[in-house]
Amino acid sequence: MNGIHDLGGMQGFGPVVDEPDEPPFHAPWEGRVLALQRAVLFTRTWNLDAFRYAQERLPASVYVAVSYYHRWFLALAASAIDHGLVTQAELDAGHAKDPARPVQRTMTLQDVELGKIRSPFGRTPRQAARFKPGDRVRTTNIHPMGHTRLPRYARDKVGRVEVVHGCHAFPDAIVAGDGEASAWLYAVVFDSRDLWGDAADPSLTVSIDAFEPYLEPA
Amino acid sequence: MSHDDHDHHDDHHDHDHGSHLSEVQARVRALESVLTEKGYVDPAVLDQIVEHFETKVGPHVGAKIVARAWADPAFKAALLADASHAVVADETFGRVGDHLVAVENTETQHHMVVCTLCSCYPWDVLGLPPVWYKSAPYRSRVVMDPRGVLADFGVTLPAGTAIRVWDSTAETRYLVLPQRPAGTDGWSEEQLAALVTRNSMIGTGLALQPGEVER
Repeated sequence: MNGIHDLGGMQGFGPVVDEPDEPPFHAPWEGRVLALQRAVLFTRTWNLDAFRYAQERLPASVYVAVSYYHRWFLALAASAIDHGLVTQAELDAGHAKDPARPVQRTMTLQDVELGKIRSPFGRTPRQAARFKPGDRVRTTNIHPMGHTRLPRYARDKVGRVEVVHGCHAFPDAIVAGDGEASAWLYAVVFDSRDLWGDAADPSLTVSIDAFEPYLEPA
Repeated sequence: MSHDDHDHHDDHHDHDHGSHLSEVQARVRALESVLTEKGYVDPAVLDQIVEHFETKVGPHVGAKIVARAWADPAFKAALLADASHAVVADETFGRVGDHLVAVENTETQHHMVVCTLCSCYPWDVLGLPPVWYKSAPYRSRVVMDPRGVLADFGVTLPAGTAIRVWDSTAETRYLVLPQRPAGTDGWSEEQLAALVTRNSMIGTGLALQPGEVER
């Protein structure tokens, strides 16, 4: 969706402020949110793509105002309610009131070790890649209400395939309900002037990782 | 959905106000309690996850990889060809997942990494992303005005240096291999790793100069 999360090329957010000696977490609750997110993800009630989409659906005014882990908390709580893991009444009370619904699995101390490594996103391709390095491509002009990984600034733009990353899980279709969806993934590079006009920094190129359904020959 | 709908008209930073934080803290605690009572999560498991991110992973992992690449041309070639494979092949680096890509900064080409859509970051090798990386100012601006962003970090590149910004829009993760500083001939990998900052591996900084660290 054309949400506030899709920030590339927006103006007016001010300078980037580095924080020397930044701690991993700025408050203990941030660590708890991160751990809760990972532990609940492990139950396979939803996946990472759905969790991102839950953040994208937060009200725009909230998304820009709250911190990263606060945003995670809001998306986590909303998803837990949507999927029937908890109710708002339980969250308000701070205690369980209803019986738990079954989940596929829960994370044990032995599983923590496994959870430290990213799961692979590569998938067995069902057909050959449509593009090869050097091919000129035009990105599609899509504005779905659902989840997509094609940022607004790179839609309907001509670029060049630089790298074929392989066949990967395809988030747009996964969030839409096809859990097995996959697509070839490419690094596609754009000239800055094709993205930002004649005043753009001519020394700049920008690449996105684009799934094959986003691309047409140009 | 239940969302916090307080107004934040005056808050253009990526931080919450103090009074707000205690409320969030209470709500996080309530969520953890309910999920625990219903058997979905185990607090001891949560403790372990937090400890892992507080103490185990961090930029020191990436710094060791960069130092090895500076010291060992064969490793560097393998890293640039397939970073996940090259890193996994050496147990001293710990474990990393698939789809890691290393990109090399040179005199003529500088690389920077962002995720404009969320905050994708190479956690395996750099640990948790800093606040600025996840913030709207960085995510919005670096794809359009990377030199302006670099100026915010006190970094100026020659006008002739090309800049590539890698927007991490999928599950590929990018690690910048910064330029090795001059005057470091004969340094051990451990000494070299001390020059490698987190920001230099994202592209918002350069590696430290020999005079900036105690050898």
